[in-house]
Amino acid sequence: MQLAREELEQAYRQMKTIRDFEDHLHKEIAKGTIGGFTHLYGGQEAIAVGVCENLRDTDYITSTHRGHGHCIAKGCDVKGMMKELYGRADGLCKGKGGSMHVADMDVGMLGANGIVGGGPPLATGAALAAKLDAEGGVALSFGGDGSCNQGPVFESMNIAAILNLPSIYVYENNRYSEHTGSSYVIASESIASRVEGFGIHTVKANGFDFFEVHEVMKELVALAREGKGPCAVEFETTRFYGHFEGDPQNYRGPDEVKNDRENNDCIKIFRSKVTEAGLLSDEDLDKIDNEVGELIEQSAEEAAAAPVPSPEEVTTDVYVSY
Amino acid sequence: MAKMSYREALTETLHQEMANDENVIVMGEDVVGGTGSPGGPEAIGGVFGVTGGLYGKFGAGRVIDMPISEAGIAGTAAGAALAGKRPVAEIMFADFIGLCMDQLMNQAAKFRYMFGGKATCPMVLRTSYGAGMQAASQHSQSPHPMVTAIPGLKVAMPSTAADAKGLLTTAIRDDDPTIFFEHKALYGLQGEVPEGDYLVPFGKARMVSEGTDCTLVATGRMVSFCEDAANSLAADGISCDILDPRTTSPLDEDAILDSVEKTGRLIVVDETPPRCSFAADVAALAASEVFSSLKAPIKTVTGPHSPVPFAKELENAFLPSPLKIKTVIEQTVKYS
Repeated sequence: MQLAREELEQAYRQMKTIRDFEDHLHKEIAKGTIGGFTHLYGGQEAIAVGVCENLRDTDYITSTHRGHGHCIAKGCDVKGMMKELYGRADGLCKGKGGSMHVADMDVGMLGANGIVGGGPPLATGAALAAKLDAEGGVALSFGGDGSCNQGPVFESMNIAAILNLPSIYVYENNRYSEHTGSSYVIASESIASRVEGFGIHTVKANGFDFFEVHEVMKELVALAREGKGPCAVEFETTRFYGHFEGDPQNYRGPDEVKNDRENNDCIKIFRSKVTEAGLLSDEDLDKIDNEVGELIEQSAEEAAAAPVPSPEEVTTDVYVSY
Repeated sequence: MAKMSYREALTETLHQEMANDENVIVMGEDVVGGTGSPGGPEAIGGVFGVTGGLYGKFGAGRVIDMPISEAGIAGTAAGAALAGKRPVAEIMFADFIGLCMDQLMNQAAKFRYMFGGKATCPMVLRTSYGAGMQAASQHSQSPHPMVTAIPGLKVAMPSTAADAKGLLTTAIRDDDPTIFFEHKALYGLQGEVPEGDYLVPFGKARMVSEGTDCTLVATGRMVSFCEDAANSLAADGISCDILDPRTTSPLDEDAILDSVEKTGRLIVVDETPPRCSFAADVAALAASEVFSSLKAPIKTVTGPHSPVPFAKELENAFLPSPLKIKTVIEQTVKYS
């Protein structure tokens, strides 16, 4: 644990922001305040944050349908995101994108993505651009275990390998390809062992532990920055919610989520590690909890009160010029 | 007749056809819905619940959970069909057809023609489509015009529970590849459905209601929007023919042209953008074939040339509505 106090506080604040953001959405969706299809990231926070704390604003990421955590971790404005989820005119994407399409070009966030496996080809392209720009930039795709079975994902990893691109492929294995078990849909021993077949340096790591994620990513991002070519990582993780909000989750084990919440909660694990090591106190962490709680509450109030888009906006921004 | 939902009619059809013909197999993402999961295998039965109960009855050999691999699913269905099976593949959202387009447009659609009439590809690709649930740009599209434009593919779009059964039965027994569009807002729609074997032939439109002043042609969810619009004008003495083509390929051109010759006016309603659309196709057909019967310009009511937006207010602005259709009927009837 060689992180400075501010870095630890920042990491915890980010993880907690994601957790509270998602918990808030979970409640609001049940009430019917927020429409559309929403997929929550709760339980996987250590990965988004452990990864993105190693990236710069000028680095690129692509995300998934379960993208809120990646957006927050990469620095998307939380209030702008909340407004987007509420479908407001001044949301991050003017209310046009919604949950599955949150993006912010200013912080290198190239979009959540409604297409499983849609992100890795785009990250590969962004890595090509970064290589041509030659400023040490990298591009990284987040993907679930489900995405590793898409053809375009295979194709992009091969392209990255032959072009020696500064791209990083992050696989968050939360055990479920939507509702179907990952062990069934992935024929190889692991995602990592399959990716190695593309000639890409790949590691497997514990996604419940922020510190392990952070350390692994530090090495991989450095390799990509140094021009050593693409790399990949498979993180073991869990999701606390269903595939989508409203999912009955009857395909999961009876006490699975309860067990994960008790024993594999990355935020609890972080707290006990830093307090046991005397790096941060419970008071320090509680203070952050309160600040985050206020931020989410404020974001929700502002989003609820924000104006909705006017109907003529439906045809704006289809093109730059037409 | 039995009262059931559009969803239940589809489920019943799959059960009947799998029992009828052992070559019928079902495959797709989560169609068993839990293979390899602790609470599985049969937990979900498709995200819209259409394939429920099939696994328990027909087993893992014929009801197959697939990885998230849309190109692979479409291609596996096409190849199995070429080799004598009758696969019914599910692509969860019609937007994901983008991922399997090569297998559809370059493979399945063209086998019979390229191979000199010596091959058949009796596959069905079922998929959910349509806007209205704030599912945003990549889960709300209606790409039926794209596949209707491909020679070799047939395209069915049921708007009622009875048609869901009749058209799916026909699609499964048909020897050509069919793309079968199920509107996601219609799964809960109730209706009377004939029991036992029930086939609705492809290329035969349904006359939803008859009138004298205007012809409305619409598919899927837009059919009921047209009914609402027409009903709201009954008190004004305006009546409409409402035609649901049921299949956009083959298209019942005669039914459309006969109706336009009778009413002299045509409005086509579809929930896609307007360019190179089904609406434009039907409008062009009438303009070129029954021009002299027309008393007013042909109108289309479609979405704008934009993706489907997320916010409720924008999605409503995108979609045709009974009110928008009513306004266009009034204008068309008033024209002359």
